[in-house]
Amino acid sequence: MEIKPLTRVILGLVCLLVAIWLVAPTLVVVPMSFNENKSLAFPPQGFSWQWYQNFFTNPDWSSSFLNSLKVASVVAVLATVLGTLAAFGLDRMKAGPANLLRMLMLTPMVVPGVVLAIGIYAVYLDTHLVGTLLGFVLAHTILALPFVLIAVSASLEVFDRRLETAAASLGAGALTAFRTVTLPLILPGILSGLLFAFATSFDEIVVSLFITNPYLKTLPVQIFSSITRDADPTVAAVGTILLFATTLLIGGGMLLLGRERKGRL
Amino acid sequence: MSASELPLQPAADVRPGRAWRPFALTAPALILLISVIGYPLFTIVVRSLSEPEWGVQNYVWFFGAPINLTVLQRTFTISAWVTIVCVICAYPYAYLMTAVGPRVRLVLVLCVLIPFWVSGVVRTLSWVILLQDSGVINSLLRSAGFDRIRLIRTQTGVVIGMAQVLLPFMILPLYSVMKGIDLRLMRAAQSLGARPSRAFFTVYLPLSLPGVYAGAIIVFILALGFYITPALLGGPRSTMLSTLVQTQVLSLLQWGRGGAMGVVLLVTTFVLLALAAPVMRSRYREAGRR
Repeated sequence: MEIKPLTRVILGLVCLLVAIWLVAPTLVVVPMSFNENKSLAFPPQGFSWQWYQNFFTNPDWSSSFLNSLKVASVVAVLATVLGTLAAFGLDRMKAGPANLLRMLMLTPMVVPGVVLAIGIYAVYLDTHLVGTLLGFVLAHTILALPFVLIAVSASLEVFDRRLETAAASLGAGALTAFRTVTLPLILPGILSGLLFAFATSFDEIVVSLFITNPYLKTLPVQIFSSITRDADPTVAAVGTILLFATTLLIGGGMLLLGRERKGRL
Repeated sequence: MSASELPLQPAADVRPGRAWRPFALTAPALILLISVIGYPLFTIVVRSLSEPEWGVQNYVWFFGAPINLTVLQRTFTISAWVTIVCVICAYPYAYLMTAVGPRVRLVLVLCVLIPFWVSGVVRTLSWVILLQDSGVINSLLRSAGFDRIRLIRTQTGVVIGMAQVLLPFMILPLYSVMKGIDLRLMRAAQSLGARPSRAFFTVYLPLSLPGVYAGAIIVFILALGFYITPALLGGPRSTMLSTLVQTQVLSLLQWGRGGAMGVVLLVTTFVLLALAAPVMRSRYREAGRR
């Protein structure tokens, strides 16, 4: 389609601004993390590594980081197993009940965070799950489940089930067929579900804020309370570390995917 | 074509005796769902009707107190502004994504996905740094010779921060719809004498509306329930319903009142979803048919 040159320039400029608006704010934490003063004022003064040092030595920060890692790892595995099983079940169900159940299982995505948080908090108070690893794992798993379900369902949709039949006709039992035929083919979906589940749990904040206690905090909770409590630039250092970690993870994932695709062609 | 339409469809799991199998596979997830989401939400509904005593007094209180209605109205206003800002910013962006070569498109897609990947709390922290009185925006304004403007703890600040966080949810559905629009239709309109702007407004815009609807509904619903960004960027004059719920429950221990507010928020969300579903479906069908 023909676009007039003037329109093209204006469009390009608008999009450049939107792109900057999308990306730049996330990068602000990087210079702030090397601040010499204990303030989040911009521009930062001087240069120092002290906030990074503080992140690794201050038990408030390091323990919340370890807690997040622990919770997110368990959640990733649990949500992936449950979500993959559910995706298989839904795939093999009649359309009617499958659609209904699928909708039901996606509700955690649309229920407002605070409503869910007070509900879970109420039940956790009664069952003494507030501030426990189990409590965090259960709540995060249910929030991560929809992402696994979506990712695995998407790869099941393009999976040709005649391949399973073929395997069965060649004498493979149901489990062998699953392990040698189905699983390798839908593995990308399962792995992206695993990654999503990990990220969801690692990043979850609203429910965590309610079910936390002084003895067990996750990293986002620690970041949140640090922002509201004081202007400690350690949050900027944490933000920078997280930014680099996610970039590495995503970049590495994309490279791997790209190589795999090339290998297949 | 899906495998289920082919004669080679495996008969194993359709056999009557095995019909329970798929349900058994979904059962663990369902049990967890019911116990960690279903039951808690049920508890909240019960508490909103039973604390301190049985009755609808919490709802009467909610809709009777002017402050609550102000906050409810403000929640809708802020969400509407966020949605409008997102539509305005996302539309040209998504359009450009369809109009450029693969390399530039990859860059544009990455710009959308990067904020998606970066932790939500960290992004809100960035907005605190940017918007505060001694923040980046005010530093720039000052060096340009302007007076500082108050952004943090204001409604404007909340809208700016929320719109940035939610923008990807608008761009992605919009892009997926725009990608499917046959650009030959535009060329046809122009060959029949329509000026580019007229071709855009009579042909392209109507075809892209399903994407706008889908994105707008998602953004609006997510904005209604937003908690972190308004809590950190907002002030007393930009409190949203979520913050009010939190205050009632955690600070005032008014479970009944907080629960009633939560139920109002929940019901609003589901009503909006229910209203949006048929509209979006029929629009999609229309777009597909043309």
